[in-house]
Amino acid sequence: MVTNLLTDYWPILVLLLVSLGFAGIAMGGGLLLGPRRSSARKQEAYESGMRAIGPGTRQMPVRFYLVAVLFILFDIEVIFFLPWAVVFRQYYENGLGAFILLEMLVFIVILLVGYAYAWKKGALEWE
Amino acid sequence: MTDPLALLGDWLLNLLAQLNLPPGLRQVILYLLGVSVIATVALVITIFNTWLERKIAARIQDRLGPNRVGPWGLLQPIADAIKMLTKEDTTPAAADKVAYNIAPILAVVSVLLIWAVIPFTSQWFGTQLNVAVLYIAAVGSFGVLAVLMAGWSSNNKYALLGAFRAVSQLISYEVPLFLSLLIPVLLARSMDISVIVEKQATLLEMYVVAAPLAALLFFISSVAEVGRTPFDLLEAESEIVAGYHIEYSGFKFGMFQAGEFMHTFTIAALTALLFLGGWQGPGVAQAPILGLFYFMGKSFAVYFVTMWMRSTLPRIRIDHMQALNWKILVPIALTLLMLTPIVDYFTKDLGVLFSAFGGALTLSWRFAALLLTNILVTLAAIEAVRRNAKRNFVERSRFPERPVARPPREEAA
Repeated sequence: MVTNLLTDYWPILVLLLVSLGFAGIAMGGGLLLGPRRSSARKQEAYESGMRAIGPGTRQMPVRFYLVAVLFILFDIEVIFFLPWAVVFRQYYENGLGAFILLEMLVFIVILLVGYAYAWKKGALEWE
Repeated sequence: MTDPLALLGDWLLNLLAQLNLPPGLRQVILYLLGVSVIATVALVITIFNTWLERKIAARIQDRLGPNRVGPWGLLQPIADAIKMLTKEDTTPAAADKVAYNIAPILAVVSVLLIWAVIPFTSQWFGTQLNVAVLYIAAVGSFGVLAVLMAGWSSNNKYALLGAFRAVSQLISYEVPLFLSLLIPVLLARSMDISVIVEKQATLLEMYVVAAPLAALLFFISSVAEVGRTPFDLLEAESEIVAGYHIEYSGFKFGMFQAGEFMHTFTIAALTALLFLGGWQGPGVAQAPILGLFYFMGKSFAVYFVTMWMRSTLPRIRIDHMQALNWKILVPIALTLLMLTPIVDYFTKDLGVLFSAFGGALTLSWRFAALLLTNILVTLAAIEAVRRNAKRNFVERSRFPERPVARPPREEAA
């Protein structure tokens, strides 16, 4: 397995280069073939035909941060689930099934407590 | 019957062997050829799909669709590409130039990279990773970055609003997406996509039989992940003009479009691989090349459903979108994730429930029990949603005192 490790990932690197090449060709082609008649008005931010008022970047409403925090909570849990999902049949074929099941059930229950708390606190509401 | 792909591979190997290249370089050339073919296939399918989607959407809406360029309008995508190439490439003066230019590249690259681990047939794939599912989750998440970079760097209010919406939607729906991705991993005991496909050898061994609810969750959340109708809040034309890619023109805009189309087909392919058995089908063991047709057939079937949804369903509201995710999809996915291993554990020693057509239709007790669990969870979820809706039901007042416009003749009388 260890010897395969590097050769397994080579194609991904090559594919990365190929797709970067495609993107480069497409964007370079656009630059090369397209007209260039730029003007100050053309370079303004689009605001339905009006002159743009104020800066284009504003503060983010706080509810988006809330979503991000929830996402981090759940996403990290999922990463912990992945290796467990792979090995759990091996465990119960070795007679340790009840152990690995209970272990993960405890984990999910802790996660559910946090989830219920977030729900009760109104973190899942979108006002 | 020999596999034409294997023959082609052997021929290439022989050709390279005759060229007296060092073995390392030979390997690199092989990889380069292999992934170039995969990237080309993905891109050609994407180009074809833009035509197919317009044609099918037109048929659903009782129109003809593109029919001017080439036979049945087949050359329309090429005309579109030429048009986009010859458009002026504008950059807003106030934009963050680096992020602005990287974002469209990232949008395409993040999707194209997923194709490295997608097996077209039992022998034809970019690479066989033992952590393919994790790789897909990781690479797929880059798309969020592209959206946020595009929205933020454009220095435009609409773009920023679109990016906020997009990021909150994409990261929310990643949770049920990953949770439902775990079910096939759990059933196949492997994160390797090729192994997951190999385990779904016959019709009733497909994971859509054992976990139809997980397949549905995966499909819904991946459609949301792509940001297509009904989840196209991130580029809602009627509200925020075009969303995060409003300032892009020419081929940079085209890259976002290409990324979206490619991503849609990618999720169709992933659904086909994880739940519908990918390249598995009758006669695949004798002729592996048949697998390509099965895989493409299944992928296009799923892709058709996304097109169908796109031209039928209206856009959902942002609070509904968040509620659907956090209050319906996530709890269902967690329940499923809890119940699947338990059922799997208690049915592990039970044998085959029935077998027909010489093993072609074999349903094990394990899958039957899992199917039953899925149905029960679905019914429970529907009941919970119904109760909740009843509790929160607000009787609409009918405004009995509402002033009614009367015809002038009546007032005069």
